[in-house]
Amino acid sequence: MAKRVLLIEDEPNIIEAISFILTRDGWTVHTHSDGETAADRVRQLPPDMIILDVMLPGRSGFDILRDLRADPQTETIPVMMLTARGQTKDREMAMRLGASHFMTKPFSNAEVLEHVRSLVEG
Amino acid sequence: MPQRQLTGARIRSRRLDRQISQSDLAARVGISASYLNLIEHNRRRIGGKILNDIARELELEVAVLADGAERGLLEALRAAAAGQVQAGAETEQSEDFAARFPGWSGLVVGQARRLAALEERVAAMSDRLTHDPHLDTALHEVLSVVTAIRSTASILVGSDGLDPDWQGRFHRNIHGDSLRLADASQALAAYLDAPKDEGGAAFSPVEELERFLDLHGYHVPGLEGPDPMLSPHEIVEGAAGLSAGGRDLALAWLGQYRADALAVPLDQLAQAALDLDNDPAAIAEALEVPLVTVLRRLAALPVGGAHPEIGLAVCDGAGALLHLKPIEGFALPRTGPGCPLWPLYQALSRPGQPIRAVVTMPGASSPRLTCYAIAEAQGPVSFDTPPVYAATMLVVADAPVTPARPVGRTCRICPQPACTARREPSILPEPSVAPIGGP
Repeated sequence: MAKRVLLIEDEPNIIEAISFILTRDGWTVHTHSDGETAADRVRQLPPDMIILDVMLPGRSGFDILRDLRADPQTETIPVMMLTARGQTKDREMAMRLGASHFMTKPFSNAEVLEHVRSLVEG
Repeated sequence: MPQRQLTGARIRSRRLDRQISQSDLAARVGISASYLNLIEHNRRRIGGKILNDIARELELEVAVLADGAERGLLEALRAAAAGQVQAGAETEQSEDFAARFPGWSGLVVGQARRLAALEERVAAMSDRLTHDPHLDTALHEVLSVVTAIRSTASILVGSDGLDPDWQGRFHRNIHGDSLRLADASQALAAYLDAPKDEGGAAFSPVEELERFLDLHGYHVPGLEGPDPMLSPHEIVEGAAGLSAGGRDLALAWLGQYRADALAVPLDQLAQAALDLDNDPAAIAEALEVPLVTVLRRLAALPVGGAHPEIGLAVCDGAGALLHLKPIEGFALPRTGPGCPLWPLYQALSRPGQPIRAVVTMPGASSPRLTCYAIAEAQGPVSFDTPPVYAATMLVVADAPVTPARPVGRTCRICPQPACTARREPSILPEPSVAPIGGP
């Protein structure tokens, strides 16, 4: 059974491109664009890993990550954070909150694939 | 060594500079060479006719010979040297340097001041680039579109035999993203290329209000007196550069100004400020008005009178700046968190308790500032809702000579090392001064 990735991102064409490359690589890709309800969506699925954008409408990715790490149902799910801000403090905050990996836009498809595989398959 | 005693040294230095022998100068002013030698080695006091004659022969003002270069120039020179310790300036000879080369000294001081002003400008720009939400959003838009284009283009280039439907879809995506990128780039360029004479674009209604107040010098004569010539609406009506939000803020500010002007008439305030040495608490007690009203009124005194330069800052309970009247040596970030060592923020932890402190910002030539701050609950008190606090801080440039507490602007652009209040690393190199906020 294909592993499930939840992509939480609000940029439609990034969603389409990442969904395409992950699906082609054999993953089942679910997408979600609203920060407010993202944590609920995670609990409903739950996915094998999450790609989480920092700047989302409704709620920031940092807040969502904090919620996920505080919930026993979701605390161990690998989370790769995406951000347009490469500042040290953002990276440090992501890792402090329990992110599994932090990726700065613009990233390459190869990087995304490599880290998704690495985080789920070890 | 008392300055007076250095007159002889200045005479000697000037004489040697002009290549006049001791005996020649002595002869010209009618004294013996041995007596001039004693004067030059500060073993004899000099004044009156002999000093006048020597000054004339050396083509210097008597005051320069007697008192050396102006005290202000000397202090500015020493401050400039302290700001660049690594340059190894011979500070013990600063008086001699200023006396012998007043023009060059003025140039050094002028350059140091210009450098400080440029550093302040860089700090302000860095502050904006770091914390400006508009710029943050604009950059996020550009980088997100670039990411989408890169990812999509990579699929198109690296996928042989891509389904024609997907191919067409990705082509359309790239086309749409390229148009978005063009728009976002142009908007960003226009934003960064704001007219320099306006000091950059106004980012928020709060900044629009600051510009508006700056144009008025933070003093509005039309609202003074028992029967004001203008209303707040009439003043705002003719103002340029105010958005709807900026107009609302300006109206609120002018309304408060009018209420304060009624409570504390300008002539009474000006006199009390002079009589009571600008002490807000003493003025509030003398005029029987709230302290915070006096803080606002002192900051609205007209520029150019007998009063020192006065700044003001008001923040809400979260520390967000609501109003800022900057003066030389006093600045706080418009957006993002400021240095928590400022009395403005400390007042928030002790509502109702006035706080006074003498502070100074980083930089050898930064002036000492006396700050008076108080935090008070806003609006009516209610049993059912928590109070909302705001803090007001008056900043007076004429500070007494007492130990000054070092403060910064905000951590990211504060060079001070080992500060207990530091929340993030600085982008500036560490200075050669004592740490702030230490234990």
